Amino acid sequence: MKLIIGLIVLWPLIGFLFNGLGRNIWSKKVIAYNATGFILISFVFSVLAFLNVQSNGAATVHFFDFINTANFKIPFDLKVDALSSLFLLVITGVGSLIHLYSTAYMKEEEAPHYARYFAYLNLFVFSMLLLVLGDNYVIMFIGWEGVGLCSYLLIGYWFTNATYNYAAKKAFVMNRIGDLGFLLAIFWLIVKLGTVSYGSVLTAQSLAKLSTTDITAITLLLFVGAMGKSAQIPLYTWLPDAMAGPTPVSALIHAATMVTAGIYMITRSNLLFSASELTQHVVAIVGISTALLAATIAIKQNDIKKVLAYSTVSQLGYMFLGLGVGAYSGAVFHVITHAFFKALLFLGAGSVIHAMHHEQDIRKMGGLKAKLPITHLTFLIGCIAIAGVPPFSGFFSKDEILAAAFAKNPIYWGLGVVGAAMTAFYMFRLYVTTFLGQFRGTQDQAHHLHESPSAMTLPLIILAVASAIAGAIGIPELMGGHHWLSHQLIPIVGEVKEVALSHSTEWALMGASVSIAVIALLVAINRYKRQADDEPQTALGKFLYHKWYVDELYENAIVQPLHKLAGFLKEIIEKNIIDGAVNGTGKLVQFSARKIRLVQNGQVGYYILFTVVGIILLFLCWFNDVAIIRFFNNLIK
Amino acid sequence: MLLLSTLCIPFIAAIILLFVKHNEKANYVAIACSGVTMALAFNIAFNGATSFDANWILSINARFLLSADGLAKILVLLTGISFPAIFIATSKNEIKNRNQFLSLMLFTQTGLLGVFLAGDALLFYFFWELALIPVYFLCSIWGGEKRVAITFKFFIYTFLGSLLMLIGIILVYTNTPDHSFLIGSFKSALLTKGQQLTAFALFFTAFAIKMPIFPLHTWQPDAYEQSPTPVTMVLSAVMVKMGLYGVMRWLLPLFPAASLSHAHFVVTLSIIGVLYASFIAIRQDDVKRLIAYSSIAHIGLMSAALFTFKSIGVQGVMIQLFSHGINVLGLWIIADIIEQQTGTRSMKALGGLAKKQPTLAILLVGFAFANIALPLTNAFVGEFLMFNAIFQFSPWMAAFAGVSVVLAAIYTLNMVQKIAYGEVSDAINKMQLPNKNAQSILIVLLVIVFVTGVYPQLLFNISSDTLQQLFVK
Repeated sequence: MKLIIGLIVLWPLIGFLFNGLGRNIWSKKVIAYNATGFILISFVFSVLAFLNVQSNGAATVHFFDFINTANFKIPFDLKVDALSSLFLLVITGVGSLIHLYSTAYMKEEEAPHYARYFAYLNLFVFSMLLLVLGDNYVIMFIGWEGVGLCSYLLIGYWFTNATYNYAAKKAFVMNRIGDLGFLLAIFWLIVKLGTVSYGSVLTAQSLAKLSTTDITAITLLLFVGAMGKSAQIPLYTWLPDAMAGPTPVSALIHAATMVTAGIYMITRSNLLFSASELTQHVVAIVGISTALLAATIAIKQNDIKKVLAYSTVSQLGYMFLGLGVGAYSGAVFHVITHAFFKALLFLGAGSVIHAMHHEQDIRKMGGLKAKLPITHLTFLIGCIAIAGVPPFSGFFSKDEILAAAFAKNPIYWGLGVVGAAMTAFYMFRLYVTTFLGQFRGTQDQAHHLHESPSAMTLPLIILAVASAIAGAIGIPELMGGHHWLSHQLIPIVGEVKEVALSHSTEWALMGASVSIAVIALLVAINRYKRQADDEPQTALGKFLYHKWYVDELYENAIVQPLHKLAGFLKEIIEKNIIDGAVNGTGKLVQFSARKIRLVQNGQVGYYILFTVVGIILLFLCWFNDVAIIRFFNNLIK
Repeated sequence: MLLLSTLCIPFIAAIILLFVKHNEKANYVAIACSGVTMALAFNIAFNGATSFDANWILSINARFLLSADGLAKILVLLTGISFPAIFIATSKNEIKNRNQFLSLMLFTQTGLLGVFLAGDALLFYFFWELALIPVYFLCSIWGGEKRVAITFKFFIYTFLGSLLMLIGIILVYTNTPDHSFLIGSFKSALLTKGQQLTAFALFFTAFAIKMPIFPLHTWQPDAYEQSPTPVTMVLSAVMVKMGLYGVMRWLLPLFPAASLSHAHFVVTLSIIGVLYASFIAIRQDDVKRLIAYSSIAHIGLMSAALFTFKSIGVQGVMIQLFSHGINVLGLWIIADIIEQQTGTRSMKALGGLAKKQPTLAILLVGFAFANIALPLTNAFVGEFLMFNAIFQFSPWMAAFAGVSVVLAAIYTLNMVQKIAYGEVSDAINKMQLPNKNAQSILIVLLVIVFVTGVYPQLLFNISSDTLQQLFVK
């Protein structure tokens, strides 16, 4: 088992070194085969690990001690269990597909940059695997910051573009704010429990040692970390900007895997989170608010990737709603289905952008259905899945979260359904504007429209199938299913809790949410089938178009004041006050020094000579110290 | 004898260099001798060494005692690695009277090694000055335009600190039972409360200036900016460690009560300094000044961690003493290559390095992320342990200091963005072929960054024995 786990992590790292160090050596073909191959091998080993967990249960392996001091120890342990083995499959599975897709999508890049791209992507997979495999919070944190680094590098992949660089920096800094919360939570755990290993922290005994304040503080700080990484209010604004990166990156990092790290973290720590009522409320409220806020913004965006980005933020919000109401397996379920359909949608968008020669504005598209048949069909499946239409996967996972939300508080459910309706609306607005109606691009673009090569369409097809059928892993008892997933997760989140709703209520809720979503999507189809959105005219439209002016708010309320503070410190305090005082003293000294400066004649040689003579004299004192004896004797007296 | 020869080799080399007028040859002598010193330093760090003891100034009972515990080993290793790295990386720089320059550098190295190895207070003071005086000449003769005024400030500032320390040493000396300068005797000195407080203040001021602790830091950015870059490297990679070393070796063990009663004061001051320097770093346009303020912030965190009196913090500091040296050395070498080849340090004028010299840009990104303590780089472990200690001391202080983690990301990534990314600027376009010497050194340093970052136990093993002795009087 040690070997298997070690190799799962090691292959992507080897890939990173292989392509990173050999970026000027290998041909593009070698780079592509290797980068994709390494992740594929890692996937195979992940399957082995998964099967091993199925038959033998969880396994923890020890590699070395990361930190081992007299009174404090952090082992470098990795663990596969029900939860991490699921994430392994998603990360390496979707990861391989996206690597394959990238080999064609990034074809125009020169070999060294092509290698750089894949090196980053492999490094990302490595970090993400560390994040989910680590057996303690510090290893998770290593992966946590590692994926942040890769995200930074890949958002700014086209580094000559200043806007992209800003987006990359923004992503890293906002993530760092979250990371600080995560770090403080780790420190808190160390102070109270002296350990950060899951095996010792996440037990009833440890829980008993923590006061309610401790638990609330630790979970809230962990949640701050999750807010950063998983783009929740107020730390979500980096994610839409992160779309500056190449589209496959958006699919892998900013939709399917990295941004779900926060959900992984909270599910992993569910024992702590369930113990704090307050934190659960905060998580649920932040989750549903983010879901709604992002959905309203998505309605008015015209950049195909921006719509998907806000949609991701919104779907992540649903997952946090699920976590907040205690539906941990529902949240993980949605992570999995979302990984499929959102990766599919992003890759579909990439295929469209590829065909449109880097045009991302959907108002300049339209009617792509005929020219891009595979992209069109798979994208449509993705839209249906995310809209929550049965029997596609999104329906099952979303419904599970909504049912749990209703049981906790019907208001959560109501808001959730409103969000679901908006989701269906903006996704079909996107679909219709892009694929139906008349083509609105240039003649030149129309002439070159083409379906993408098979390296790109194959991942689309596989992900489309997965998006369609992945719901099967969590068919509720209500429908005569067995809910494989929640049984799977029993070791992590405990026994499947019966939702305290009667069957008829559940059916009614389900019917209501599905029909509202279907109505919304029909409205969208009807409205956008002939023409795309114009510039927003109404105040509300502009407000949404400008994303609630949140970026502007942050800029004026936080960034600028801090910038001014820094300037004040630099120009006034440092230069005038502190250094002024020092220089004042200095000038006084200088004045008196003028009188003895005749001794200095400016010849370095002499200075050095005198120094050497002086030192040798001092060494000589070792044997004979007449002069200095007197000096010191006088001094002491 | 191992310790004595480690000390003597740079000293003898420095004297020999005075007679080697030929630039190339002078380079070889300096690199070869510092290479031997480095080998000896490795030997001391990993195999240990017996102490060396001889009479020095008999009449006042001062002894020439050298000994190396974990703390000293870490710093001897850092000193040993830094000098050949600096000599090789800057071997192509144009320096007038190179032999004299290198000679003074090696005198400095002698002083630094002596400071870290001395087991006698007077000897410590002697080497402390020996390290300082050559730097004065190096800055005032080979420095930038404003060198005279700046060096004067630097010298007066640190010399003032030294004098205060000397008074402190004499004060303790007169109260030792056996009238000796040995550290053991100093620890058993019978000081009244008032005397202990006075001595604490004297020593603390000297070390606080050297580190520096806010608000005694203003000599540093100026000195870093105006010094010739090889000297800046010595100053910030090794020399600032003298202050922290002094605190750990002398201040805390000698005056535990006074130190403990000032813990809150020093931790608070240090953390203010961390944030203050980080904010100012954000607004710097000069690469050297940016690195200088960043370094002040990092050192401030180390001094805060020391005064929390938590063993975990001391562990962190010991690792960080080494790691900070390696990282800042890497950054200075990069800054130096850029300044040498473009003629400017203004980040406004730079940009596009990644396109012009991709390898150097990758190295820059590597050291930048080490500078912001990304996990699996060397700085993470140290900072993690230090923050841990500060958190144990006061969660609010840790949260406050933690803001610097975010600020560090801002100014460091700003620097990366302005230097490496974007279209190739005129200044960067002037860059000729990559400087192979400097780049090889950078690669070696970056390997150290990751090896000690992934497996910090290497450093813990060297330093582990110091912890037990530190807080025990």
